[in-house]
Amino acid sequence: MTREPVLEIDDIRVTFDTPDGAVEAVRGVSMRVGQGETVAVVGESGSGKSQVMMSAMGLLASNGQATGSVRYRGQEILNLPTDKLNKIRGAKITMIFQEPMTSLDPLYTIEDQLCEPLMIHGGKSRGKASARVLELLKLVQIPEPERKMKAYPYELSGGQRQRVMIAMALANDPDLLIADEPTTALDVTIQAEILHLLADLQKRLGMSILFITHDLGIVEAFADRVYVMRHGKLEEEGETAQIFNAPVTEYTRMLLDAEPSGTKAAPAQDAQVMLEGHGVKVTFGQPAGFLRKDTQFTAVRGIDVALRQEQTIGIVGESGSGKSTLGRALLQLLPAEGRVVYLGHEIGGLDRKGMRPYRDGLQMVFQDPYGSLSPRMTVSEIITEGLLVHEPGLSSKERAKRAAQALEDVGLEPSMRNRFPHEFSGGQRQRIAIARAVVLRPKVIVLDEPTSALDRSVQKQVIELLRRLQKEHALSYLFISHDLAVVRALSDYVMVMKDGAVVEEGQTEQVFDNPRASYTHELMRAAFDLRGILREKLA
Amino acid sequence: MTDMPIDTAPRPDTSRSLWATAMLRLKRNKAAMASIVVLIVLAIAGAFGPLVAPHSYSEVYPEFVKVRPSLQPYPQAEQVIPAAESALRRARVDLGGIEVEDGKVRIPVSSDSRDLDPRISRYLDRSDVFSNAELTIDAADPKKGMMEASVQELYFIMGTDANGRDLFSRILISLRISLMIGALATAVALVIGVAYGATAGFVGGRIDNVMMRFVDVMYSLPFVFFVILLVVFFGRNLVLMFLAVGAVEWLDMARITRGQTLSLRRREFVQAAEAMGVSSGSIIKRHIIPNTAGTVIIYMTLLIPKVILLESFLSFLGLGVQEPLTSLGVLISEGAKNMRNAPFMLFYPAATMTVLLFALNFLGDGLRDALDPKDR
Amino acid sequence: MLSYALRRLLSAIPTLFIIVTAAFFMMRIAPGGPFDQERTLEATVMANLNATFGLDKPLWQQYAIYLGNLFQGDMGPSFIYRDKRVHEILAEGLPISMQLGATALVLALVLGCLLGSMAALRQNTRTDFGVIAVATFGITVPNFVVAPVLSLVFAVMLSWLPAQGWGNWNQMLLPVIALALPQVAVVTRLIRGSMIEALRSDHVRTARAYGLPARMVVVKHALRAAILPAISYLGPAAAALLTGSIVVEQVFNLPGIGRYFVQGALNRDYTLVMGTVVIVAIFVVVFNLIVDLLYAVLDPRVRYD
Repeated sequence: MTREPVLEIDDIRVTFDTPDGAVEAVRGVSMRVGQGETVAVVGESGSGKSQVMMSAMGLLASNGQATGSVRYRGQEILNLPTDKLNKIRGAKITMIFQEPMTSLDPLYTIEDQLCEPLMIHGGKSRGKASARVLELLKLVQIPEPERKMKAYPYELSGGQRQRVMIAMALANDPDLLIADEPTTALDVTIQAEILHLLADLQKRLGMSILFITHDLGIVEAFADRVYVMRHGKLEEEGETAQIFNAPVTEYTRMLLDAEPSGTKAAPAQDAQVMLEGHGVKVTFGQPAGFLRKDTQFTAVRGIDVALRQEQTIGIVGESGSGKSTLGRALLQLLPAEGRVVYLGHEIGGLDRKGMRPYRDGLQMVFQDPYGSLSPRMTVSEIITEGLLVHEPGLSSKERAKRAAQALEDVGLEPSMRNRFPHEFSGGQRQRIAIARAVVLRPKVIVLDEPTSALDRSVQKQVIELLRRLQKEHALSYLFISHDLAVVRALSDYVMVMKDGAVVEEGQTEQVFDNPRASYTHELMRAAFDLRGILREKLA
Repeated sequence: MTDMPIDTAPRPDTSRSLWATAMLRLKRNKAAMASIVVLIVLAIAGAFGPLVAPHSYSEVYPEFVKVRPSLQPYPQAEQVIPAAESALRRARVDLGGIEVEDGKVRIPVSSDSRDLDPRISRYLDRSDVFSNAELTIDAADPKKGMMEASVQELYFIMGTDANGRDLFSRILISLRISLMIGALATAVALVIGVAYGATAGFVGGRIDNVMMRFVDVMYSLPFVFFVILLVVFFGRNLVLMFLAVGAVEWLDMARITRGQTLSLRRREFVQAAEAMGVSSGSIIKRHIIPNTAGTVIIYMTLLIPKVILLESFLSFLGLGVQEPLTSLGVLISEGAKNMRNAPFMLFYPAATMTVLLFALNFLGDGLRDALDPKDR
Repeated sequence: MLSYALRRLLSAIPTLFIIVTAAFFMMRIAPGGPFDQERTLEATVMANLNATFGLDKPLWQQYAIYLGNLFQGDMGPSFIYRDKRVHEILAEGLPISMQLGATALVLALVLGCLLGSMAALRQNTRTDFGVIAVATFGITVPNFVVAPVLSLVFAVMLSWLPAQGWGNWNQMLLPVIALALPQVAVVTRLIRGSMIEALRSDHVRTARAYGLPARMVVVKHALRAAILPAISYLGPAAAALLTGSIVVEQVFNLPGIGRYFVQGALNRDYTLVMGTVVIVAIFVVVFNLIVDLLYAVLDPRVRYD
């Protein structure tokens, strides 16, 4: 704490004026960032962690109001008139944001956008600014910088766009870089690269970094000091090592604890095979035809899989690896080639009607708990919809009973059944989605990233629920996720996918602890040994 | 650990569906609520007004052409004597000093040459100004007599048109016509558009391509011109007008419904229903329709004013409904022709139209804000 | 892009063909003919007239002849204005209608962008409500009300501007305002909506976070994105201006082509109506093409191949 402070925030409060009254998003938070220091602000969604920085930078939504004090090197900047604030933001304090896809203006080239802050703050001519842009793009290690300069954002990948944002942030040699969840939307391997880049640049250029994240793994690897936020207040602050080794508050302890834990034992060798796929292949698009280019793209390239009773197969891979497509193809929700056998019945290529008798045994839970429940139906209508199809003989009373039971099964009050999805939190909605699957008494459930949209602490509860249901109903899971920690905790067998093919598969422990393929190795390190990567690369 | 209240329970107050929430939001929107009231009043006026109006919309008062709007009854005092004089001019009698009193007029009449004919009282009756005319012939001198008649009390609160028809009654009937065309043509557009769009969106693939290609071609046709042609060449009949206007306006509806259906099909809750083996019919019924309904309703409220405008436009050009029926467009067109000497003939129909359209637009906007909260 | 434009122009030919065919047959199936009005002509005179104009031939033959002539740029003789060819009549009126329409279009875009951005930047303030009120008024009150009222107030009552005629700027003012008002209103609403969205977008937040001057943020980053929906509205707007000019030309007694359409239709002047339909169709098709190309220029994500 002896370093000279770059940014001091004192008792900041942020209020939003909403149609349902004023909402206090931040309630009196104080922070400090010292020269050359890396500070992390951690919290779950809705903790107000981003709003603190938005208000400091004068970027609050129009219905937001901030009070308190924010000082940059002693100068008060909170609620400063825009023209005065503009001398600081973009020059002395710069930001990078979570969404690399939308944070750059889609209508201008990379060069145009990077030149703007250079010309405005640095007073450079366009020519000099362009030269500096090229330098910056080289600095953030973008391949083919001369060509990428002339490109539009949509022509770059997510990771490249985030590099461009970093280049923009560094353009005017800032004192402080605020990074708001800069790697959340990226795959783990790209995340590791970006974090390494940031750490490397900091070492060379010496600016302070304020890192906003929900990911404790990043904090541990990256930050010197941590602020933990919850419900708009500071829960705890301290040196990283101290917070991780000896957390003071119960909330912080719970957060640290929420990292998925436990393992799953493999089922018996002779357990019945429930669902089998042989050479499953999915192709999108159409072949070349009259006046039409070939738009064909193979998402899944002939995969074999066999799921036994009470087994959980984890399918991991980064975005675009074809893991979700595989899950849908197995359930015949997408047209696919190859054989699919469910309990001895050949179901590959069956049409809607032909599939119907098997659907109650084969269920699916989706990623987005907000999108997977019909917004205009009550919970009980949502849960019993499948019963109407598969057990049409049930009376409405019996159906209501089954719905109540399913709700209890997933740990929700049966009295909530007449409510609508929008009245529930994300975790509760995911429970409802699970209840919808469980009510049909399925044998196999395909879980497509069921925990990815949830906070870690809620995630943990859903994992517990899935474990319990599996035991109680002898379920088999196909668990699709990019989150390796969750996969490790839940599955006994893992398949690693890349570009539509399986790179490696085997017992969970073996794949995680002794990966054979270099891609798996890279994936595991990026997910579990961020600190190691950073230390190694910076050394 | 387990006592951490992270999965917070839903608020314990009453559970509301999205529809109920939307209605609550709508109720808070004063402009929209006022619009609903105005629309109800206008609809009632259009439906029942012509039945209770003091004048028929087609009744002509030749003596009261383009009279100004007034809350006082016509004829006005200074009009009575000239009206009596002109009415009796053809009776070829000499008139004495005319007295007007208590809604009665007393006219001493005399003739130099012949005895008074009692039938001349008809001349007064024929005028719109007088009724119950009686001639009392002087018993002593049959060449002299006293005519008495009641003076009519005619109210033209919005004046009369160039033919001497009560403008208020004509506005009432035109409201009926305009609202009817608005509702029916919108219904035509709605049925065609929703059915077409939902089919294209749900079936998808090549059929969708062909169907939307057709819509694109239709879009590039100068449709208003076709409607005009249709109306000119096939006569001005109301049914044709509904069909023509509805046929023009269904394209937007089809596009919107298709877009909605397509995006709904990709939503996970529809996929979840498919994963449960729910049939296409039930998916459309339970998932697609309830979720497109909001957009369709919003669009419908905004379509009605468009349709009314199109009808008025045709009427303005003289291609709309035929005399003696009328519509707001016809009245505005007549008002425009007479605005120099009878500006009220333009003002009242234009004001009615403006109020009607404003109310429909505000209601549409209010519904959009209420049903589509992301817009707020 | 050039090949795309060419392909689009080629694909417009079937569209135009459909329009011409539909209009031709629709008109001919309908009862009545161009010479019905002229008291009762003797049968021989009538037959003569019909022969002169080729109306005695079978319908499909007339259609073939018309198409043939059209390809050579001849729209046939007018049935009512006997001494003129249709393309001559239209050539006189077209420049006026185009001048009127183009001025109104430019006015609509400029004013619409200005008012719409103003309202979006001051959302939920008095400025915003004022602009919304004006826009709602413009959308609500049709130009067949606006045009006569403008004429009444400014020409008749105040005598500031002439009530009719065409030639100098003061004669243009009222018709252009009457024609542009609804379009100004629509563009304003479109721009306001998309501008509010654009101002909330992530890339505008980036621009603000990098300390760009407010004007640059608004014009270069927000308006540029917000103008796109207004651009795609231009195609339909062009059509609306052409039909709107029917009313405006009638009220202000302007010698444009709009009035020929209604008059021609009422008089069963087949060739004149066909001529206006063809012109309008070409306009709409060309405008849709221009809009698509303009969109591609403004939005690099749109690529035509």
